[in-house]
Amino acid sequence: MALKVERRPAPVWLPPLLPLLAVVITFVLTSALVWLAGANPLRAYYHFLIEPLSSRVSALEVLVKATPLLLTGMAVMLAFYGGFWNIGAEGQFLVGATAATAVGLNMHGVPPWVALPLMALSGFAAGMAWALIPAVMKTRLHTDEVVTTLLLNTVALLLVSALLNGPWRDPISQWPQSPEIASTAILPKLAPRTRLHLGFLIALATAFVVGVLLRRTVFGLRMRAVGLQPKAARFAGIPVERMLLVSALASGGIAGLAGMVEVAGIHYRLIEAISGGHGYTGILVAMLGNLSAPGVVLAALFIGLIDTGSQTVSRALGVPVYLGEVIQATLLLVTLAVLLLQNYRLRWERRG
Amino acid sequence: MTQQTPIVSMRGIHKRFGAVLANQGVDFDLQAGEIHALLGENGAGKSTLMRILYGLYRADAGSIAVDGRPALIRSPRDAIALGIGMVTQHFALAAPLSVTENVILGQEGRLRLDLKSAEAQVTAAAQRFGLTVNPRAQVHTLSIGQRQRVEILKALYRQARVLILDEPTAVLIPQEVEQLFQTLMRLKAEGVSVVFISHKLSEVTRIADRVTVMRSGCVVGSMPAAQTSPAELARMIVGQTITSVSKPRQLAADRPMLILDDVWADDDKGAPMLRGISLQVNAGEIVGLAGVAGNGQTELAELIEGTRACRRGRILVDGADVTRAGPARMMQAGVGRIPEDRHASVVGDLTVAENMALEHLNEFGRHGFLDRARLRRHAEQLIAEYQIKARPEDRIRTLSGGNMQKVILARVLERRPRVIVVSQPTRGLDIRATEYIHGKLLDQRQRGAAILLISEDLDELLKLADRIAVIYGGRIVGVMPAETATPERLGLLMVGMSHETGGPDHGAQS
Repeated sequence: MALKVERRPAPVWLPPLLPLLAVVITFVLTSALVWLAGANPLRAYYHFLIEPLSSRVSALEVLVKATPLLLTGMAVMLAFYGGFWNIGAEGQFLVGATAATAVGLNMHGVPPWVALPLMALSGFAAGMAWALIPAVMKTRLHTDEVVTTLLLNTVALLLVSALLNGPWRDPISQWPQSPEIASTAILPKLAPRTRLHLGFLIALATAFVVGVLLRRTVFGLRMRAVGLQPKAARFAGIPVERMLLVSALASGGIAGLAGMVEVAGIHYRLIEAISGGHGYTGILVAMLGNLSAPGVVLAALFIGLIDTGSQTVSRALGVPVYLGEVIQATLLLVTLAVLLLQNYRLRWERRG
Repeated sequence: MTQQTPIVSMRGIHKRFGAVLANQGVDFDLQAGEIHALLGENGAGKSTLMRILYGLYRADAGSIAVDGRPALIRSPRDAIALGIGMVTQHFALAAPLSVTENVILGQEGRLRLDLKSAEAQVTAAAQRFGLTVNPRAQVHTLSIGQRQRVEILKALYRQARVLILDEPTAVLIPQEVEQLFQTLMRLKAEGVSVVFISHKLSEVTRIADRVTVMRSGCVVGSMPAAQTSPAELARMIVGQTITSVSKPRQLAADRPMLILDDVWADDDKGAPMLRGISLQVNAGEIVGLAGVAGNGQTELAELIEGTRACRRGRILVDGADVTRAGPARMMQAGVGRIPEDRHASVVGDLTVAENMALEHLNEFGRHGFLDRARLRRHAEQLIAEYQIKARPEDRIRTLSGGNMQKVILARVLERRPRVIVVSQPTRGLDIRATEYIHGKLLDQRQRGAAILLISEDLDELLKLADRIAVIYGGRIVGVMPAETATPERLGLLMVGMSHETGGPDHGAQS
């Protein structure tokens, strides 16, 4: 008997089940780690997945955690659709947060209905500007955007760090964090005694708009053609470079908006850990969501659940909170592997 | 029926690829010293059968005997040991190595490499079989025809008594085909058996001693070549009578629709590829463009498709200057484009309906939203009109080559283009699809379209074209009425052996 790998297209019912399969495989793979950390894997997964949903506060906290991921996930999905491999949502998030803070710090006495749109706009514009650099480099100089967007993340982080250790250092505490933004520049709460804020609805609305744009409009079909097969799109008379630029800019803008939402909804100031990897997690969310808007919403909620759960589980079972991150990282690798391998089949073949 | 033991005898060969039964109970006998043609459409199972014999695939069931003894062939190594050699369509040569090095590669034997004596052997074999090639030449400097000879030498060096050639003439110009046939006759005289996979009937009846025809994985007949005719073979291949379309009388074709005036363009690497092309195609006329691949026909097509920049010169469509037009403006000007690479002109993961509308999406929008119902109706109508075997919602990548080509054809012809530039329209298609496409192109000619037909298939050009131009080294080296064109005359021009100017051409020759 010999084991053979065959390439064969996946049956139609398979792709929607893949994210689920990835989750199951991930849990099997990481259970050894959970066990090593001194906990029963099944109990740990109970705390990861079920416990957070058992109380109102922690269930709403899942939505809070999902909010920035929803936006960065959408940002990454939009870029991938247009064929722009944007690994830079992290950097775009950071400059968006920075720009929003800059506006928010100067909004004292300005009514919220002016302050908040201004902040959102500046966050969006800053993210766009940050994405413009690699986008133009790709369309004009054919530079690989994976590399440039990734490198710009570090630049953005250093920029934030420089601001917080220099001109924006908090004059009261002397910590590397900005002063608090104006009270009128804060996103209103959606539920009392929780952290849930208007940003969640903004994220949902964004997901809806992006989903409709890509699936239901002429523009979206053009963008999909460009992302799937640029050569054929160009042949069909679609302006490939322009579409690529639009998808990159919109993606950067949405990632920047995510930065604004975190500043105005959670921290009320700029801190170095404002993102903490939301941009990178956005890639996971987009892939896990099978690059569809409803899928991304579900994926963001799921990652939000694991994020919340990793705190519950560490409290309840005394395992490190980083276990949640390990599980997320494993999930990304498994998801990518499953997506790649769906078109292959293992088969035993008789000898002779 | 046969007296002596066949050198190769395959019995009850079954092979399945996923849902496709490529071979279902195939029996095949090869006699010593015969040239045996294996005929059939694409996907009939010819290559699969021979790949099983050469050990590239393993049969799911069935047996093989060589010289009457059961043979277990698990890899090409086993096949070579049994004296079986194969030249596939994709050559397996190391480009930076010399001819001799390639020939002995894998058969070096001892530790010391005796290139001298190997070279002498290669030279001797080359002379004996008329396989003219310099044993010291590096393979990357050789033409396709020469590389094929190296592959044959390789098999002979390994003492092949059975030589399998998979569509050997598909890549050759007429003169090279002639030379290959001479070689095959000499091999036959030396007692080598040859399996010749082909779908060109005229070749088969000329060179083969015996013909076996396959259809959808089964053998439908096997007979001495002398007892059959191209017409009968065609019927066996397809399973029914196919009436070949013929060219109707040409209507007045004196209105220039497409004019190329001293056009220059670069290739992908930025090197000059087209060096002053001047050509004119009139309304109601098919101008064929012949040439060996890589002489600029791809670039010329892309120029008219609007995807390649014109360095110098002018392109006119019905009098309008479209020299710098992109794809969108080319289409607006009335150019219909059926490109060489089907897969690069459709988006594989989009549906048939979406691909059919892709070039004119604005007509399928309502306030920016996609009118899905309209998209679907449009697709259903074209599918019915062009007899495409697909549903509107199928991803286009799942279609067969013929159906995909029909989608592209439908998308183009629906716009009633005034100029059509079409490259290799029937490459890889079966006889039925080929006839269908040919018929549609001739209909367009009758309608008054000006058609530039770029093809490496001379039979296709001779059948459809009113005039034939030959491109060589990025220049048009000859234009002639199709009635005066012969494969030999075209072949000489295609390899740059002669240059014909003037002649009875009413196109713009510089």
